[in-house]
Amino acid sequence: MVPNLPRSTARPVESSQPAGHASKDTKRPNLVLPYRRHDLNTQPPSLYPPYRSTVLRAPRKPLIVLPHTLSEVTGPLFGHDQIGETDSDLTRQHAGEPIGERITVSGRVLDDNGVPVRNTLIEIWQCNAAGRYFHHSDQHPAPLDPNFTGCGRTLSDAEGHYRFVTIMPGPYPWRNHPNAWRPAHIHFSLFGTAFTTRLVTQMYFPGDPLFPFDPIFNSIPDEKARKRLISEFEMDLTQPEWSLGYRFDIVLRGREATPFEE
Amino acid sequence: MDLIPTASQTVGPFFQIGLTGPRSISRMAGPGAKGERVKLICRVFDGEGNPIPDAMLELWQANADGKYNHPDDTQEKPIDPEFLGHGRSGTGEGGVCDFETIKPGRVPSGNNSLQAPHLNVSVLARGVLKRLATRVYFVGDPANSEDPVLALVPEDRRGSLMARPDPHQPGTWRIDFHLSGDQETVFFDV
Repeated sequence: MVPNLPRSTARPVESSQPAGHASKDTKRPNLVLPYRRHDLNTQPPSLYPPYRSTVLRAPRKPLIVLPHTLSEVTGPLFGHDQIGETDSDLTRQHAGEPIGERITVSGRVLDDNGVPVRNTLIEIWQCNAAGRYFHHSDQHPAPLDPNFTGCGRTLSDAEGHYRFVTIMPGPYPWRNHPNAWRPAHIHFSLFGTAFTTRLVTQMYFPGDPLFPFDPIFNSIPDEKARKRLISEFEMDLTQPEWSLGYRFDIVLRGREATPFEE
Repeated sequence: MDLIPTASQTVGPFFQIGLTGPRSISRMAGPGAKGERVKLICRVFDGEGNPIPDAMLELWQANADGKYNHPDDTQEKPIDPEFLGHGRSGTGEGGVCDFETIKPGRVPSGNNSLQAPHLNVSVLARGVLKRLATRVYFVGDPANSEDPVLALVPEDRRGSLMARPDPHQPGTWRIDFHLSGDQETVFFDV
């Protein structure tokens, strides 16, 4: 349920257009209800030198804070016509089954008011069980799997639930520092409801011994926020004699206040 | 569960598998879309001026009437069925990618004012831990002088947000994004 937010957090901006916001009442002014801003500790900084690639790719000048307008509170939306039948089952996209430990990854997409984010596009990509991506620039000596491309997409349902079937990705080496290995992960991309809610992240697996050594994972200052990227093994999602289940809930930014609708 | 927003992580070097390639959208406007046609050629550079060949750009814009195809845009203006408004593409050699679109109309901001025509842009790449948000305006547009967002940007940095027309190819506009360095693009906290 939507928490009753203090009125003082609401800073609706009136626009010139006399139309209702997010309600059927066209008599009300067009209100742009801003999205809540991040607590910076829960997000990585742009510049994090232990992750070497950030050094030449991170802005050094402070960001300019942009009060939200229609441009920021709108964004691309997607429909079921953009989802193919096997898009959410990465083990069924080729003639044969991929090698690896079959898993289900499932969870909910909510905003930070606790409201489910419905019908939102969730895209994932990952390497195969041997730790190799189906990509020309991944040439490390591990085998490709002819039955695994490693990409999927789905829409969240009316309660924000989503579900993918895939195989457990392997850890893989990279050249950030000597003997560098990425913990096993699945990349996630979500649009949410607005330009402001765009999120690209990575989901990790519980108990990975590589966590203390990974600068990408450790770039998030807040420990709780960091650990939230680790999925939870869940017996309820585990299917007998078939697959292990992992839960990964995703929270997108919500509005500073939710409009009350009659 | 704890309702702090999920932390961002880099898109990494292999996002083409999931997000671009056949899932790129470089044609944002169909042939019948209303408005002035724009081919927008973008380049992305790092802090030493090297082109970034593995970045991804995402664009979001209003149609020629200044209407976003989104339920929270409640302006009484028409949706253009020939206009998508959303694009995404990976850069290639030379850090280049391009989009086929139209010049957006003006959309409202607060205080009974209108914004100048602009596109909303996300830049993602390996080495970019969280999406970088910026805007593209059109150099020389008379509305730029009254745009409330440009007014927040120090005058000597506004040029980084301006697409410029290619003098040899009518309808082609160019903009460079510098993630860092002397010519650093203005990025916004959205």
